[in-house]
Amino acid sequence: MLECRGITFSYDKNHKKLFQDIDLKINPGEIVGMPGPSGQGKSTLAKVLSGYLQPQVGTVLVDGSPLPAGKNPVQLIFQNPEHAVNPHWNVRKILNEGGIINPELSKNFGIQNFWLDRFPHELSGGELQRICLVRALCSNLRYLICDEITSMLDALTQAGIWHSLLQEIEKRQLGVLVISHDNALIARLCSRVVHFFEDTGK
Amino acid sequence: MFVQLYRIHLNRRSRTLVTVISCLALFAAVFLGAWLYGENGEITNLQLRKLPPSWEQPFGTDWLGRDMFARTLKGLRISLMIGLSAATASAIIALILGLAAATLGKAVDTAVTWLIDVAIATPHLILLILIAFACGGGAKGVIIAVAASHWPVLTRIIRAEVLQLRSSAFIHLSAKLGRGPLWIAWHHMLPHLLPQFVIGLLLMFPHAILHAAALTFLGFGMSPHTPAIGVLLAESMRYLSMGLWWLAVAPGLTLIISVQAFDILGNSLRVLLDPKTCRE
Amino acid sequence: MLKVENFSVSFSYNSSQLSKKQVSAITSLDIEVKAGEIMAVVGQSGAGKSLLAHAILGILPRNAHTAGKIYFKGRSLTAQRIKKIRGKEIALIPQSINYLNPLLKVGTQVARAARLSGLKNRDEAKQAAHSALARYLLDDSVAKYYPFQLSGGMARRILTATATVGMADLLLADEPTNGLDALAAEEALGHLRELADTGKAVLLITHDIESVLKITDRVSVFYDGITLEVANTSDFTGKLCLRHPYTTALWAALPTNSFTSPPSQATTPSNGKTGGCPYHLHCAKHGPDCADELPRMQELRDGLVRCHNA
Repeated sequence: MLECRGITFSYDKNHKKLFQDIDLKINPGEIVGMPGPSGQGKSTLAKVLSGYLQPQVGTVLVDGSPLPAGKNPVQLIFQNPEHAVNPHWNVRKILNEGGIINPELSKNFGIQNFWLDRFPHELSGGELQRICLVRALCSNLRYLICDEITSMLDALTQAGIWHSLLQEIEKRQLGVLVISHDNALIARLCSRVVHFFEDTGK
Repeated sequence: MFVQLYRIHLNRRSRTLVTVISCLALFAAVFLGAWLYGENGEITNLQLRKLPPSWEQPFGTDWLGRDMFARTLKGLRISLMIGLSAATASAIIALILGLAAATLGKAVDTAVTWLIDVAIATPHLILLILIAFACGGGAKGVIIAVAASHWPVLTRIIRAEVLQLRSSAFIHLSAKLGRGPLWIAWHHMLPHLLPQFVIGLLLMFPHAILHAAALTFLGFGMSPHTPAIGVLLAESMRYLSMGLWWLAVAPGLTLIISVQAFDILGNSLRVLLDPKTCRE
Repeated sequence: MLKVENFSVSFSYNSSQLSKKQVSAITSLDIEVKAGEIMAVVGQSGAGKSLLAHAILGILPRNAHTAGKIYFKGRSLTAQRIKKIRGKEIALIPQSINYLNPLLKVGTQVARAARLSGLKNRDEAKQAAHSALARYLLDDSVAKYYPFQLSGGMARRILTATATVGMADLLLADEPTNGLDALAAEEALGHLRELADTGKAVLLITHDIESVLKITDRVSVFYDGITLEVANTSDFTGKLCLRHPYTTALWAALPTNSFTSPPSQATTPSNGKTGGCPYHLHCAKHGPDCADELPRMQELRDGLVRCHNA
């Protein structure tokens, strides 16, 4: 279980708190949705949950123990995949960063062999997001934080990526937090919705 | 016409490669030429004094009948060597200071940034003269002076680059995928820094060479016995009014051409090393 | 206002062996925008949508080659002509504030856009900037902000103000809803509708078909560099009104509809020219011709479609 207890975060001491006293539990195999408009701290909460930022108060526990410093069973997938890859690397090297690639997995995500010799800027956003997902899924991942991962993509690509991902979530019983401003998407994907941030609806 | 052919038959990448190779060939020719001429440039021949450029002496001869072409080649070699060693030393200083500023915490960063500001705020030539004078002149003085005054710009670039890298998402993500700091430094940071460093170094050469020549010209550098380009130019001053224009023009032009070649070399490498432009 | 016919863009790349390679980014694009209407260009990310705006403005990178015709106000839009009229008669509403100068106050930049668009007088430009900001409910204090101080919605309004401060008749809006939440997106699109209602032509480039349907008049569906369908907004309601299988699939894939994805997610290598319909590998209805021959654009039910089986 991925669990956060009483998390409070602000970017500096004098600044106002972005969020306060947040409790959240995600069970393996469960897909939790978090809707809300931009600019209220959803992405920051995602970074706290995946260990990119340290909260001022509160703890994040994964299966009862704090997040490890190195290889992390909680992986964050970003909205803009182009920031999440080294622009000087080719796709093959990027894919192998997390661990050995499972060929079946990359086939499920529609990764083509001819992509492997390309540089990130020669792939489209949707293709690059698949690469980032497969890279994360090849590590010893148990929880996935998806921060608006398909909001830059067209509906067909979005549906394709989520269908591949849902299969994998089901098979490996991953716990997932889906952050999105699109309520319809959250309704499609999630078994439970948490409202930490004021919801203006779509 | 020739330029047009060049444009049509070669795309940008091949053109850049040709440019890089021609620059390198030019430097090789200078060193090879200087070596082949051996002692020739030093030989005085009073029968051939003050001859204007001709087929036998393409750069003419000076007031002692020495072949100016041989002297220019040797001078250029000395100037290039001094420029190269000074620029390399300077780039290494920049690398160390830039890395230290970006990784060793706020106090070091403040100190380095302050040093950069001080060095940039001091008038360049005065700083050069002071250091060269304090080191007692000569080749050693020139190298130290140029090395000690050219690091700030590259330091700034390296510091900024490392700071930006340290905050980029893919570096943090690499750690979360279980990669250690050394692995990240080697695989993520180095490939980003190396081109910056090499290009910074290359673009520093022309400055270093020009400033070495300037110092020598002003008399704070090499002794008149070492025919660096600066020395040649300084000597030619006395004979310009007598109409011996080739004494200044020929060495001056070769200096400008070599400096320009380094500049082109640096900019071409930048195009080749950037994944966004390397396939254009 | 704007008419683009059989337009293509390709890039010459060098592979690692120094050999030249042509990669086609836009194969065949047809678009028409009339005064007073919004035409939305919808397609996958990486289909070459942004290149379209760059091509119209004549700001493609230097290894790009174009073919086909662009007409603006009835006359061919040549490289020389676009240089004269961009920023004046054609304006771009860019994707993000990265297109603004980060070191200049936004008010100054709007005034500068006004001057570049033809207002010679400094005071007149200031006045125009002031009224452009006021039009988007931005008071004078906002003019003193730097780009990084703007919120997403405010940045959108500034970008729109910058593009509309002059007298441009054609506005190109590149992904106007990116990074905005539902409310801000609705507002940004509302502003585009207002502009079209005052007689301007708006070309809206987006991946988010759902939100633009509320304001657009017609939709041009773009897939892998080829325009597959031009539909009216009212076609996106029930079934059977849409003309091309790709549009139908795109519409069905929306989370508010059935969220289905086609069985094969394999994307075709965009540089491996098949010559046929770009969608035939994923198409449920594809016949023998689909792989070999690119269908011609034909009229169907008050719209256009490129499909052998339509």
